[in-house]
Amino acid sequence: MTDTHRPLLIHNARLVDPEAGRVTEGAVLVEDGRIAQVFDHPAPEIDEGRVPADARRDAGGKVLAPGIVDIGVKICEPGERHKESYGSAGAAAAAGGVTTIITRPDTDPPIDTPETLEFIRRRGSEAAPVRVLPMAALTKGRAGREMTEIGFLMDAGAVAFSDCDHVIADTRVLSRAMSYAAGLGALIVAHPQEPGLSRGGAATSGKFASLRGLPSVSPMAERMGLDRDVALVEMTGARVHFDQVTAARALPPLERAKRNGFDVTAGTSMHHLTLNEMDVADYRTFFKVKPPLRSEDDRQAVIEAVRTGLIDVISSMHTPQDEESKRLPFEEAASGAVGLETMLPVLLRLYHSGDLDLPTLFRALSLAPSRRLGLDSGRMAAGAPADLVLFDAEKPFILDRFKLRSKSKNTPFDGARLQGKVLATFVGGLSVFEAA
Amino acid sequence: MRFDHRHLLGIAALRPDEIVTLLDLADRYVSQSRDTRGHAQTLSGLTQINMFFENSTRTQASFELAGKRMGADVMSMAMQASSIKKGETLIDTALTLNAMHPDLLVVRHPHSGAADLLAQKVNCAVINAGDGRHEHPTQALLDALTIRRRKGRLHRLTVAICGDIAHSRVARSNILLLHKMENRVRLVAPPTLLPSGIEDFGVEVCHDMTEGLKDADVVMMLRLQRERMDGGFIPSEREYYHRYGLDAEKLAHAKDDAIVMHPGPMNRGVEIDGTLADDINRSVIQEQVEMGVAVRMAAMDLLARNLRARPSEIMA
Repeated sequence: MTDTHRPLLIHNARLVDPEAGRVTEGAVLVEDGRIAQVFDHPAPEIDEGRVPADARRDAGGKVLAPGIVDIGVKICEPGERHKESYGSAGAAAAAGGVTTIITRPDTDPPIDTPETLEFIRRRGSEAAPVRVLPMAALTKGRAGREMTEIGFLMDAGAVAFSDCDHVIADTRVLSRAMSYAAGLGALIVAHPQEPGLSRGGAATSGKFASLRGLPSVSPMAERMGLDRDVALVEMTGARVHFDQVTAARALPPLERAKRNGFDVTAGTSMHHLTLNEMDVADYRTFFKVKPPLRSEDDRQAVIEAVRTGLIDVISSMHTPQDEESKRLPFEEAASGAVGLETMLPVLLRLYHSGDLDLPTLFRALSLAPSRRLGLDSGRMAAGAPADLVLFDAEKPFILDRFKLRSKSKNTPFDGARLQGKVLATFVGGLSVFEAA
Repeated sequence: MRFDHRHLLGIAALRPDEIVTLLDLADRYVSQSRDTRGHAQTLSGLTQINMFFENSTRTQASFELAGKRMGADVMSMAMQASSIKKGETLIDTALTLNAMHPDLLVVRHPHSGAADLLAQKVNCAVINAGDGRHEHPTQALLDALTIRRRKGRLHRLTVAICGDIAHSRVARSNILLLHKMENRVRLVAPPTLLPSGIEDFGVEVCHDMTEGLKDADVVMMLRLQRERMDGGFIPSEREYYHRYGLDAEKLAHAKDDAIVMHPGPMNRGVEIDGTLADDINRSVIQEQVEMGVAVRMAAMDLLARNLRARPSEIMA
C-alpha cells in the first residue's frame, strides 16, 4: 500500500483523458490523494528526476484512466447479505476498476429513511475499499404512494433518489415528488417503463420471444415511460437521470428533451450494449435482466447513442442473485446480473470492435456519471481525486464466474473470451487492488 | 430409420425424416391399440413418471395409457397438490425423482422452458407434455398423424389454425411441424390473440374467418384459453363466437372435404359449434384422441430404444 501523503509518480502510461477526448503517453503525479500534475511524454523533468516523487511506478505502457463511477449498484445489505455484502461488492469493484459505487435503495427493507441510510453509509465506509455513495428511495417503501423525506435524506448523504424498477404508476404522486425534489435540487433516477404495458414481461416482444413462448414486452413501453417522465420534467423542472435507455425507439424523445434544454441525462447498461435477445437461447436465466435484452438493431442504436453522447452514462446495473433465484423456469427466475468486476473487460469489446474509443468509453464510465452527481472525479487533470484504474487493454482471458469476488456469480459472461485486465486500482491515491 | 434424441422437448429439434419415422411407428401402434389381445411388453421393466404441474385430464390419461399398453410401470403425480406447495423448487423435485431412477419423465408445466430445464438435470428421458406457451410436441405429432391418415399425405396442404394463438403451445408446435413438412399455414385470429413478431414466422395471417378458411384442407380450432387471460383480449364470448367461432357457414369457405380438428377440451358455442364438432364426416376430434395414445407410445418406444442403447450416466 502506498502512503497517502507520499507523492507517487505513475509514469510510462497511456493516459485516457475523457474531457479532452484523447489518449496520450505520459505520467501522473499523485499527491495528498489528488492528481497534482499530468505530464505529457516526453517530459524531461521526469527523466532527469526533478519530479518530487517518493515512489515511482512504471506503468509499462499500459492504460491509466479515471476510475469508474457506477450508478445503480445493488448491494444486498440490508436483507439479503448472502447475495452480496459491502465487503464482497467493494472487493469486486476494486478488482473491476470501479472507484465509486452509487448504491441502489431496492434492498429489504428499502433505504427510505435517514436511519437506514445511516446504516448503509456506515457499512459502506467500514467494509468497502472504494467510495460508496448511496441513493435513497423516492417514495416510502418504494410503494409509489408517499414521497420520502427527501431533504433529510440529502442531509444524510443521499446523492440521488430512485424507486429503481418500481415505476411510480400514479402520475400525480410522481409529479409532486418531482416538484418537491426540484425545489431541493435533488437528482431523481427514473426507470423509463410504462408499468402497465411492461407488466409480466420476461423478454422483448418479437419473433424470438414468441418462438420461445415467453411473455414479452414491447420496447415501446420504454419510450412511453420516457415520454411521460420528460413531460413531468417539463412541468416540474426536476433534474432526472434515466437509469437505462435500451431501445432505439426511446432515443428520439430523449434527443428532443435534451435539445429543449431540460435537465435530463440517460444511462444504459453494459449488458444491453454487449448482448442481445438471442443470447437467452435455451432459456438461460443468467441472461434475464430488466429491461429484457433487446434486438440487435436496438443494441447498435444504443452503442451509437453512447458514441454521440446522447446516452451519457454506462452502468453495470450490478444485481447479485443467488443460484436458487436463477435455477428456475425463465419466467419465474429473478432478473439481473453481476457486473462490477466484469464491466471493464466486457465493455472493452466495444473498443476492440472499433465501436467506441477509450476516451468515449471513459466519458460514459467515469466523467459523465461523476458530473451528473456533482462529484469532481472522473477526470485526468490536476486537482481531480486520484481515483484511477490501470489496465492492460489487450490481455486476453476466459472468464470463470467462480473466480468473481461477488458473493453471487450470476454473470452472463461465464466462459466468455474477453480482452482487458485490470492491473491496479487507486482510490484517493491509495492502491486498493493489485492484480496477482 | 433414425431418431437420435435423448429427450422429446419440442418439434423444433426434429428433422422431417424423424417426424416420418415417429409417425410410421405410431401408425403401427394404432392397430396394436385396437387389438384386444392384451399388452405389448416393449417398455417392460421401465418406469414412467408423469409430473403434471398443471391440470390435465386427457393428456395425462393418454400418456398413462400409452405407457401401460407397452408394459411400463406408470406413476402419475399430481404436482399441484404436493411438494411444490411446500416450497420445493422444480429442480429439487426433479432431482428427488431422479434419485429414484425413473426411465421416462413426462412433464407438463405452466412455464415455458421448464421441460428444457428439467432435461438438463436428470438422467432419464424427458418428454415435454406442454410447457407454458412454448411447445407441446406430442399434440402436434398426433395432429400430424390424424391429418396424414385422413388426407393421405402430410405435405402441400393448406392448414388454417384459428383462435387463441398467442397463448397456445399447440399452435407453436403445429406451425413448426407443418412448416417442416412443407405445408401452407394460415393463422386466423384477432390481433390481440396473435403473438408478437408473427410476420416473421413464414405464415399467412388473417383476421377474418371467411378469408382465412378459403380453400383450406384442414381447419384446426384452438381452445380459447380463458384461464390464461388477464382479461380484455376479446370484448365478449358472444362476439368472439360470432366472428371466430367455427360453424357450418364459415366452414363452407374451406374445401368440401376439409377436416375439422380441435386439441380439446372444447368450449362448445365459444370457438366451435356443437353440431359441427359431432359431425363425423367433418370432425376428426375423437380420432385425434385415439392418435394421441399411439403417438405417445411411438415416442416413448423410440426414446426407450435410445435409452437402452447407451449406458446410463451416473450423476455426480
